[in-house]
Amino acid sequence: MMELSDLVKLANNEWDDLLNGDDPVLLVGNATCGRSAGSGIVFRTLKNRINESGIKCKLHEVGCIGMCYLEPIVAVYTPGNPLLFFSGVHEKEAAELFESYVIKKEKAQGKVIGFLGEGDSDGHKHLGDITVMRPQERLVLNNCGLIDPTSLNHYIANKGYSGLNKSLGLEPQQVIDNIKASGLRGRGGAGFPTWRKWQFARDKDSDIKYLVCNADEGDPGAFMNRSLIEGDPHSLIEGMIIAAYAIGASTGYIYCRAEYPLALERLRLAIKQAEEEGLLGKNILESGFDFRLKVKEGAGAFVCGEETALIASIEGDRGMPRPRPPFPAVAGLWGKPTIINNVETLASVSRIFQNSPEWFSRFGTEKSKGTKTFALVGKVKNSGLIEVPLGTSMREIIFDIGGGVENDKQFKAVQTGGPSGGCLPAELIDLPVDYESLADAGTIMGSGGLVVMDENTCMVDVARYFLDFAHKESCGECAPCRLGTKQMLDILTDITEGRGSMEDLKLLEDLGKGIMKGSLCGLGQTAPNPVLTTLRYFRDEYIEHIRDKKCRAKVCKELIYYDIIAEKCTGCHLCFKVCPVSAISGDPKEIHVIDQELCIKCGMCLEKCPDKFNAIEVYAGSKNHG
Amino acid sequence: MAWVRRPAPTNGEESENGVGQETRTNNIEIMSTEEILKQFPAEHNNMLGILHALQDNNPRNYLNSKDLKAAAAYLNTSLSHVYGVATYYSMFSVRPRGENIIRICNSPVCHVEGSVNIIDELKKELFIGLGETTEDGLFTIELTECLGQCHRAPVMMINENIYGNLSKEKILSILNKYKNNHSG
Ligand SMILES: Cc1cc2nc3c(=O)[nH]c(=O)nc-3n(C[C@H](O)[C@H](O)[C@H](O)COP(=O)(O)O)c2cc1C
Ligand code: FES
Repeated sequence: MMELSDLVKLANNEWDDLLNGDDPVLLVGNATCGRSAGSGIVFRTLKNRINESGIKCKLHEVGCIGMCYLEPIVAVYTPGNPLLFFSGVHEKEAAELFESYVIKKEKAQGKVIGFLGEGDSDGHKHLGDITVMRPQERLVLNNCGLIDPTSLNHYIANKGYSGLNKSLGLEPQQVIDNIKASGLRGRGGAGFPTWRKWQFARDKDSDIKYLVCNADEGDPGAFMNRSLIEGDPHSLIEGMIIAAYAIGASTGYIYCRAEYPLALERLRLAIKQAEEEGLLGKNILESGFDFRLKVKEGAGAFVCGEETALIASIEGDRGMPRPRPPFPAVAGLWGKPTIINNVETLASVSRIFQNSPEWFSRFGTEKSKGTKTFALVGKVKNSGLIEVPLGTSMREIIFDIGGGVENDKQFKAVQTGGPSGGCLPAELIDLPVDYESLADAGTIMGSGGLVVMDENTCMVDVARYFLDFAHKESCGECAPCRLGTKQMLDILTDITEGRGSMEDLKLLEDLGKGIMKGSLCGLGQTAPNPVLTTLRYFRDEYIEHIRDKKCRAKVCKELIYYDIIAEKCTGCHLCFKVCPVSAISGDPKEIHVIDQELCIKCGMCLEKCPDKFNAIEVYAGSKNHG
Repeated sequence: MAWVRRPAPTNGEESENGVGQETRTNNIEIMSTEEILKQFPAEHNNMLGILHALQDNNPRNYLNSKDLKAAAAYLNTSLSHVYGVATYYSMFSVRPRGENIIRICNSPVCHVEGSVNIIDELKKELFIGLGETTEDGLFTIELTECLGQCHRAPVMMINENIYGNLSKEKILSILNKYKNNHSG
């Protein structure tokens, strides 16, 4: 068997040859986000073009660099030049790019995002200096979008498995102490200190212990773990082996949701590669330590992200939570001590050992060390995957990195922590994003979904939708969660449909607090958060819905009305024809009128009214109340 | 790969393509239930894997009672237990479904970006409601929670292929690809 140093030598040669070699190199961002933008065809086009042209050129697929809004992204290295990143490279652009930049060696055309590496930058910006990237620190996402996730060598050439090598030279307790020194806290939601969890399991006497990676990422608005696995699967595997060594686990499972087929494929391949090189399995790197790793595929149940439900699901049962204690660290999988960590937590472990605990803890705040990845989505210009030091302000994230709100609308709120979190209002835009500050504001860090909302988002509707999610995903085991969320949902539906009363607000708060206290697992214990935070920060919007029967964002159908602007109506009669309930009257060439009593607010007239007339408007409230 | 999944159709010049095209074969090979079971050690914790494999192997995308019984016998557990698991997880079905399963994301981000319109359009286009299957057995529409593609909301998944930034017009061309793929 080879030593790691031999592997490193081989890998370094390959990597050097790739990015300093004599042949051009094409890297196609081919994670799910790239693929859904068409990178699959781009990849095949380039492959064909390379074959046809007969020139020597390397082609690799890479993960997501985070700028999903610019996909498909292709990075090109040509000898003597830096690695240039191009955005919006669809099939046609790919062929052109290959023709002009690679074959004819012409000046780079098309949309250049930036460059990495050395050589004549030709006036382009370094990738780290572009506005989206400048506030970011890529510790965990370091390799994503740069290395081929199907190549073990690419990973090894970028410090891969050096962290494992280092840890295997330490005593397990020293490994835990290093993690303690790094200040790493769980990235899966609660932010529990990782070392403490590991210490529980390490101190527990047991013939068998298990390590589980939670890759069930189910929070709406979150896809950090997917991207990380799709772009750099070995960083997770390395972290798992280190964690297993620290706690003394001999078997590990990665529980990944079935909605992520590419991530599953990447994991299976990476495990096989690691096994072949003696990085997994028996006697890892001649250390005497054995660790087997298996992948378990979920089947579409959000609650399986909860630790005890996840355990039940791995065991092959319905994924229902059970009361804690005993905690999984004491009695988990098959009653044995089990540690469950999030994907990002474990990938951070790799980086900490590839570098040092001090290197990691230099980033972040006093109590929240390191960086955190976020999925920035919703009504934000630059949506995608980002990584910033903990403590970075919401303003920097949304306005500097995110480029602000789409279509220059007014920023209204940002939802953190998915269905367990809350909505922060525009006033809190300068809040530093760390575990404590978010908790003080009534929400949580969660796994890292940030959903940006603008003036066209109705906060009552959003709260209802998050609650609807929790209600549907409730496993039904405990009454507060099963029935309580239903009750809250009914009240919220009433409010959004104009049947609310002022007493409902208090009732919602009381119910919410009750559900949080009485529920069995984290799902119910946090489900009311989106409602409670919107009640706290957007109470006037609730009141408007109830008292004025008005939805200012014009989302709640019952609380808006359609009207024809007399001055603009030319009597083209199109709306008349399309209205399914004959609520519109008027003869051709006459001004048309909507009968508010009959109107069902389907919006078809608005859609039909020609843009040049633009005679139909939607208003908040009802016509009689104003 | 232990089992075969349905690939995206490759016809149509629009570059919107799903996952897994390079890696999956184009033909659905139907294996016998026994052949599938044999690929897994007879351990209870392989339950979900086995159910996925059996369901993927079924042209109608569901777990029939014969398969459920076989799984129960293989894992030395009761049929009711297997049935309980199969009906707990939203991705399993014990009723026949279409050849292609359309899962539309109904989570908050997609909702805010207008998933309702997409759902309506699909229903209108296919003449079926949620959870129903078209008469020709080609499509079933289901709702799903977040697919982790929110930056391209609204999003849907057909079999294993992701389609984002959906609009009414896009829906038509995507559905047509699957229809043509079937007849061609
Ligand atoms: C309903 C529910 C869903 C959860 N989903 C996830 C998830 O998808 N991924 C995750 O890492 N943690 C999830 N968690 C949190 C985990 O239970 C657990 O705290 C976490 O995996 C611990 O890892 P960490 O210490 O590395 O953060 C969820 C919790 C609950 C209550
Ligand atoms: S909310 Fe629809 S993909 Fe995330």
